[in-house]
Amino acid sequence: MSAARRGFIKGTLGLSAMAALYGCAGAGKGAKGHVVVVGGGYGGATAAKYISMWSEGGIRVTLVERNAAFVSCPISNLVLAGEKQLSDITIGYEGLAKYGITVVQDEVTAVDAEKRMIRLARGGDLAYDRLVLSPGVDFMYESLPGMASAAAKENILHAWKAGPQTVALRKQLEAMPDGGVFAMTIPKAPYRCPPGPYERACMVAHYLKQAKPKSKVLVLDANEEIVSKKGLFTKAWADSYKGMIEYRPQSELRDVDVGNRTAILEFDQVKASVLNVVPPQRAGDIAAKSGLKLINNRWVDINWLTMESTSTPNIHVLGDAIFPAPTMPKSGHMANQHAKVAAAAIINLMSGQPPSDAPLVMNTCYSFVDATNVVHVASVHPYDAATKQPQPVKGAGGLSAAPTEMEGKYALAWARNIWADMLT
Amino acid sequence: MKKKLAGTALLWLGLSMACAQAADPNLGRNLAATCANCHGTDGNSAGGIPGLAGMSKAKMLGLINEFRSGAKPATIMHQLSKGYTDSQLDLIADYFASRTPVGGAK
Repeated sequence: MSAARRGFIKGTLGLSAMAALYGCAGAGKGAKGHVVVVGGGYGGATAAKYISMWSEGGIRVTLVERNAAFVSCPISNLVLAGEKQLSDITIGYEGLAKYGITVVQDEVTAVDAEKRMIRLARGGDLAYDRLVLSPGVDFMYESLPGMASAAAKENILHAWKAGPQTVALRKQLEAMPDGGVFAMTIPKAPYRCPPGPYERACMVAHYLKQAKPKSKVLVLDANEEIVSKKGLFTKAWADSYKGMIEYRPQSELRDVDVGNRTAILEFDQVKASVLNVVPPQRAGDIAAKSGLKLINNRWVDINWLTMESTSTPNIHVLGDAIFPAPTMPKSGHMANQHAKVAAAAIINLMSGQPPSDAPLVMNTCYSFVDATNVVHVASVHPYDAATKQPQPVKGAGGLSAAPTEMEGKYALAWARNIWADMLT
Repeated sequence: MKKKLAGTALLWLGLSMACAQAADPNLGRNLAATCANCHGTDGNSAGGIPGLAGMSKAKMLGLINEFRSGAKPATIMHQLSKGYTDSQLDLIADYFASRTPVGGAK
């Protein structure tokens, strides 16, 4: 072989090494391995679908979910108001089969990050190359001694995870006498769905206004003021529910007298016909108790380029369970966006490529002020290399000017599209 | 021999330039996926909101500019379109233009 020929081969080898270095060999092609996703909500179902779809089946995906079907929190306040049925917000996991995803209905009881295994309540051990945890929130009932028993939790509902609790709270509202008081408590932020409690106040009042017009809605908020869409909710309450909705800020719940359906505040006690306690929240159990680094002992600390735990390699965490970036809400929409960042990063990592250094997430959140009129808040959050986390774009995003029926139609279309983006 | 070396050098140069342009070749796909929550996976809408799959790049960028300037009234796109840079929108428009609409327009 001539010297020139050897030189050319050397150069070619150098080229492929360089291509690998820069991720130019078609990042994501040839990704292989097994990803287990825990939690089939807005984050987990989206992650499962996009990892499988974008890796063109190269990565095998197993989705573990404890429930038989997905039930949406967004739109669930319309079920409370009697405007929608639970079946309208329930979707099965069958649609994920066409992506080759294995859906396992089971409960994860433990994570062994060293061995890369999870333990299932019924199905034994499951090995993974990378694990995605999208467990949502769990409630910090330890701060409310009166709520400790199972009976207390069946009596005083949260309905902050859609499903049986949504239906049960609807039944309590139906059984409430005209002239009764529906009282709800809101924990200090951050909690799941910042505008959700205020939307709930609107939708319960919307129902009571028609069915039990002498009744009252009392909003006991631990926060100093309305956390999200303040001007829009304040105006909707004054315009549509004057004399019906009473708002009390700085009213943190200290305990519950379950037998008397009484909210115990610092200086006051409030007896209600129906008491709806939205408790303080933290990362879902499986994330909170798997040894991942938490912030404030509540939320998982993650790397924003990959959504990977800062303490535990190969475990990615999405959605409400993470410590949020500045102004980033805990929303289903945002969890779906987290999932896509994680999916892209996981595929790159599992094909030996670096993750993208420029991820972006955005949020759109619609709230119903009655059965047809809706307001939104929106924001865009590109990754900022200086602070190593997404930062909202100033001058972008914003609020609706006023509630409109057009946005009511878009809110329902949003639900239809995001459910399809996750599950079909 | 000289010719071969020159060719290799050119190849190196071309590769470095391609790499400098897009560190992650899937950036357009990833950015476009941020639109899918409302406009459907790969821009194939499930209904009620316009689909973007197969839309020409010129049409999409034209619409975005009208949303940004306020020339075209919107409920939300005038706010969201300002959150993306021109180069991000360029990649997004390229990606959707390359998609095939599934099951016709909705």
